[in-house]
Amino acid sequence: MSTIELRRVTKRFGTFTAVREVDLSVAPGEVVCLLGPSGCGKTTTLRIIAGLEQASEGEVLIAGRQMNDRTPQERDIAMVFQFYALYPALTVGENLGFPLHAEGVSSAERARRVRQVADTLQLTHILDRLPGQIAEGEKQRVAIARAIIRDPNCFLFDEPLSRLDVELRQTMRGQIKEVLQGLSKATVIVTHDQLEALTMANRTAIMRDGLIEQIGTPHEVFARPANAFVASFIGTPQMNLIGGELVRAEGGTAEIRMEGTLVRLPVDPAVGAMKPGRVTIGMRPRAVGLASDPGPEAFTALAELIEPMGAETLIHARTVNGDDIRVVLPRARRVSVGETLHLVPEAGQTHVFDADGKAVRS
Amino acid sequence: MAVFASRGRAVDQAGWGRTAFAAAVSLVYFFPVLVIIITAFKVHADALAVPAKLFPWDLFGLIPQRFTFDPTLQNFVNVFSRSFSAGAQAQSTGFGLYFFNSVFIAGAAVALALVIGTLAAFGFSRYPLKGNDTYLFIILTTRMLPAIVVIIPVMLLFRVTGLAGTYTGIILLYTAFNLPFTIWMMKSFFDELSPDVEDAARLDGSTDRRVFFKICLPQVVAGLAATAVFGLILTWNEFLFALLLTGIETRTVPVAMSQTIGGDIGVRWGLLAAIETLFLIPVILVTFFLQNHLLRGVTFGTVKR
Repeated sequence: MSTIELRRVTKRFGTFTAVREVDLSVAPGEVVCLLGPSGCGKTTTLRIIAGLEQASEGEVLIAGRQMNDRTPQERDIAMVFQFYALYPALTVGENLGFPLHAEGVSSAERARRVRQVADTLQLTHILDRLPGQIAEGEKQRVAIARAIIRDPNCFLFDEPLSRLDVELRQTMRGQIKEVLQGLSKATVIVTHDQLEALTMANRTAIMRDGLIEQIGTPHEVFARPANAFVASFIGTPQMNLIGGELVRAEGGTAEIRMEGTLVRLPVDPAVGAMKPGRVTIGMRPRAVGLASDPGPEAFTALAELIEPMGAETLIHARTVNGDDIRVVLPRARRVSVGETLHLVPEAGQTHVFDADGKAVRS
Repeated sequence: MAVFASRGRAVDQAGWGRTAFAAAVSLVYFFPVLVIIITAFKVHADALAVPAKLFPWDLFGLIPQRFTFDPTLQNFVNVFSRSFSAGAQAQSTGFGLYFFNSVFIAGAAVALALVIGTLAAFGFSRYPLKGNDTYLFIILTTRMLPAIVVIIPVMLLFRVTGLAGTYTGIILLYTAFNLPFTIWMMKSFFDELSPDVEDAARLDGSTDRRVFFKICLPQVVAGLAATAVFGLILTWNEFLFALLLTGIETRTVPVAMSQTIGGDIGVRWGLLAAIETLFLIPVILVTFFLQNHLLRGVTFGTVKR
């Protein structure tokens, strides 16, 4: 039985639909990330689970009980807010103990649990300070500690790392993951950072315009994107999406015309069932190799911009029909601006999307 | 680097020229109050002397004799002595009662307005009604007329209800006076608070009452202080309604003060100045102790956090 379950949940603000028929279930111990660009409805979805927003349609179930009309107080959920939402007039220690008041815990027990959670998150030395007097990373830890001091049904995190600097973000990411593993509760994390989503989640739901475009394990959404949006959203540098015309497909190979040049690409067998017509070809920048000569498997592009990234080099090139293509090559392989490149997509790493942007895959 | 350092110091230390200028301007503002305080220590003849005797000491002979006076505390004693001999007739002062009245009436009215106004402001801010802005506007309209316009109906009302001359009457009136300002001030403070913090408290299981008292109220202490001080000054100095609606026993200091003027020997400036000096003390004390909150209160929300 899943702890959190959304059934066809829709949320409208006036004429604007923020969330459309979202289905989502989170099992006990599972961490699900809602990932998407700003305004995609991920935070609204989280607030609907928390009870801070009312769903316009659909059902919200938590721990098996229908919660649509229940207040946040009645849902027994712990949430970490984007801006931490620490209680400004209370000390760190009082902040941590605050959720226990509602549970009627004795003051001795409360003190014990505050100490325990402060130990876990290294907050013991700042228990007497006010939230205004502590550092950003400490605020983040206080917010998490305040959430985990109780034993709620589930945890919600709204952009938990967005306010931290890069270095702190990496440390905290590991720390949050560790804490969550120890708790084994259903958890929903909202983020716009794919790295956060992929590293912390068991499953990631990619949202756009209020819709869940795909939900799957980090591996699935990366390796088998359901459509062109997910394909371009997940992975850095972005996947190359190049327009072409499917001429013929058979077995694992498709002949695709790209502005005059006919290229033979290794593709998914399901493409064989497609009628000839416009398609979009997706290739990850790291799944494109360089050939020394033009061949039937290669297409040509002109190197335009070269960005060394340390171990690898990112090359921006332009194909004959004017599409941008990004290729990541090992550092040792030197390319100069203006050079003609013969690009060969890696076998089994080419994605074909039909005219509607849906992935064609068996 | 050196350039920035010297600039920083220039801002920290305005320099003697500017400091002296600021002090001079402050003195100009403070001068009337200073004259009142000095007059409070003068005997009647010194208070009337022309040119004015401004110095209680001759500063080692630096100040000519005709500008100095001998300070006396007699005026302050007279303020509280039940009667004192002024010329041929005994006059009753009894300011102890009037000071109590002023403190009690202003304190009660401001406290009452603060309680009602803060709750109302929280309601307007967090649970907006249909036409919320209209209600807020209507509340403010009561302050759009000069007080004297409504004095006749208010007097009739007080006469009929038997509130005239009672503490309850004047306290209720001042509370009503302070409410619009209190509601508007406090609403703006509540509007500034982060809604996330309250959402967090609700998720942590707090009732709405607990959210208000434990989370919201402590965040607007600065606002409460600023509102209280403004309300207190307004009420403390109010004269017109106090004159017409308080009785002999509930008279406030401004009214009582006005009634010491006159009599057969003219205005007793020394006595009047002593009353005024004492009258200043509570307001100065309150403002002084709340000034940190006050500064934060009146500049609240002007800088993005």
